[in-house]
Amino acid sequence: MSQARSRELGKFSEEYFRSVTVCELDPDDMTELGTMDGENVRVATKFGQVILRATVSKQGPHKGVAFVPYGAWASALFGTSTHTSGMPTLKGLEAIIERAPGSKVPTLQEVTRLKVG
Amino acid sequence: MVCTFCASGCDDLQITHDGRRVESARNGCAISVSRFTSTGQSRISKPLVRTKGVLRPVTFGKAIDRTARILSNARYPLLYGWSQTSCEAISKGVELAELVGGLIDNTTTSCHGPTILGVQDVGEATCTLGEVRHSADLVIYWGCNPIHSHPHHTTRFTIFSKGRFRRTRKERKLVVVDVRRTDTAKLADRFIQIQPNGDYELLTALRVAAKGEEIEQDSIAGVPTETVEELAEMMTDCEFGALFFGLGITMTAGKHRNTEAALALVRDLNYLTKFVIIPMRGWFNVTGANEVTTWQTGYPYAVDLTQGYPRFNPGDTSAIDAVTRGEVDAALVVASDPVSHFPGAAVKHLLGIPIVSLEPKMTPTTEASEVVIPSAILGIEASGTIYRIDGVPLEARKVVNPPPGVRSDVEILDAIIKRVKRQGRRR
Repeated sequence: MSQARSRELGKFSEEYFRSVTVCELDPDDMTELGTMDGENVRVATKFGQVILRATVSKQGPHKGVAFVPYGAWASALFGTSTHTSGMPTLKGLEAIIERAPGSKVPTLQEVTRLKVG
Repeated sequence: MVCTFCASGCDDLQITHDGRRVESARNGCAISVSRFTSTGQSRISKPLVRTKGVLRPVTFGKAIDRTARILSNARYPLLYGWSQTSCEAISKGVELAELVGGLIDNTTTSCHGPTILGVQDVGEATCTLGEVRHSADLVIYWGCNPIHSHPHHTTRFTIFSKGRFRRTRKERKLVVVDVRRTDTAKLADRFIQIQPNGDYELLTALRVAAKGEEIEQDSIAGVPTETVEELAEMMTDCEFGALFFGLGITMTAGKHRNTEAALALVRDLNYLTKFVIIPMRGWFNVTGANEVTTWQTGYPYAVDLTQGYPRFNPGDTSAIDAVTRGEVDAALVVASDPVSHFPGAAVKHLLGIPIVSLEPKMTPTTEASEVVIPSAILGIEASGTIYRIDGVPLEARKVVNPPPGVRSDVEILDAIIKRVKRQGRRR
């Protein structure tokens, strides 16, 4: 809900940035990763990777499943194939998540540049 | 007043305003209040045209002139967006697409496009949300989290609503099927946690169980077979069931095969009881975009008009595919942000072609545009028709004036059409 509310303040607002640059993780997965709430993680699929802020999911337990809100950062992780449906696969993607405490979450401009290589 | 955020179309908002700005939106959800009271945030105040790499303010006439030239000179222009504007504007969009020989697609293509493909194959047992409110004794939310995405859906239309024949929460059962225990799942009488990408498998198993046939496996998509059989029994034993499904079905592996399985399950259930299925559409007029495009071209989205007649072939004539293949050579974007939401290879191509944006607020797409024309926010600064999730048309009304010089999408598109006609098509 915070994603939708903050979008009304503008895509370049700090509120929107904070609401969509998160990776919600199961508490057990966070322990296994050795990461803390608010620390940065690198999320990588076979299509791309992006740095996001790890946060403890309030919709758990969902061990082995991570959630990233729809937006410019999440779309850095999608492929273009629509399997003749027009619709790329935006959910159920396999991803590797690792700690990235020294890395910075890209800004909206930076993530657009990251997406286009 | 009708809310113009999600496609639930809540029509009980009480707005107070000072003539320029909305001060409060009583009865609105948190998202609705934010939408109505934040109209001034990040606004684009003047038409902009890119000159020497920089977006600079110009007159409305110059912006329209440049837009008309871009669209007329393109071989395969894409006209994209349309889910956050009025049916009247979408109708103008189809006229313009036909005039310039373009591809018109709406955001359905990357949300419930697979739902439409499923409906075309299987059909749809549906009803209005009012009927659900009055009669449904079993509500299922599958792959959606309305407590966050459609905050008043449960209170106005389902478990917490006071209907004519179902008046209290106790008279209804709620089942949630999701990969996570969402805030909606926490309200459920039964939560079924499914493995990612397991929807087709579970839906098909439910069809088997609902027909009274035996399931040989011990578990289906991480769900014990016993639970599958219990859910099938709840479905067949109810008097009026309503299955609402979201992007958890359409965006995962299987896509339109998943939606076909869900629609077929509900079709099967209607041999035994009354059951309906309704997609949880996102933006407030994405349903209207499908309705208008279907009236005018015969197809609901991804319509190619380059040959002088409509062609519909998702995977070929859909926006992300056509852009990724590098075929689109100009884009008119109306109330959408494909630079944020399209995958990388598609964005890379978009950034290399001229984009015209009709948008109230700054986005990465407006930043990358050749022309930006500010537009009035529908349902707050402009009036028009929108369609609710269940296909019920509603009138979204203007309450305050848009910023000086800012026009509605209909007025802007009308001006573009007139200019294109005047200068003639050049190919």
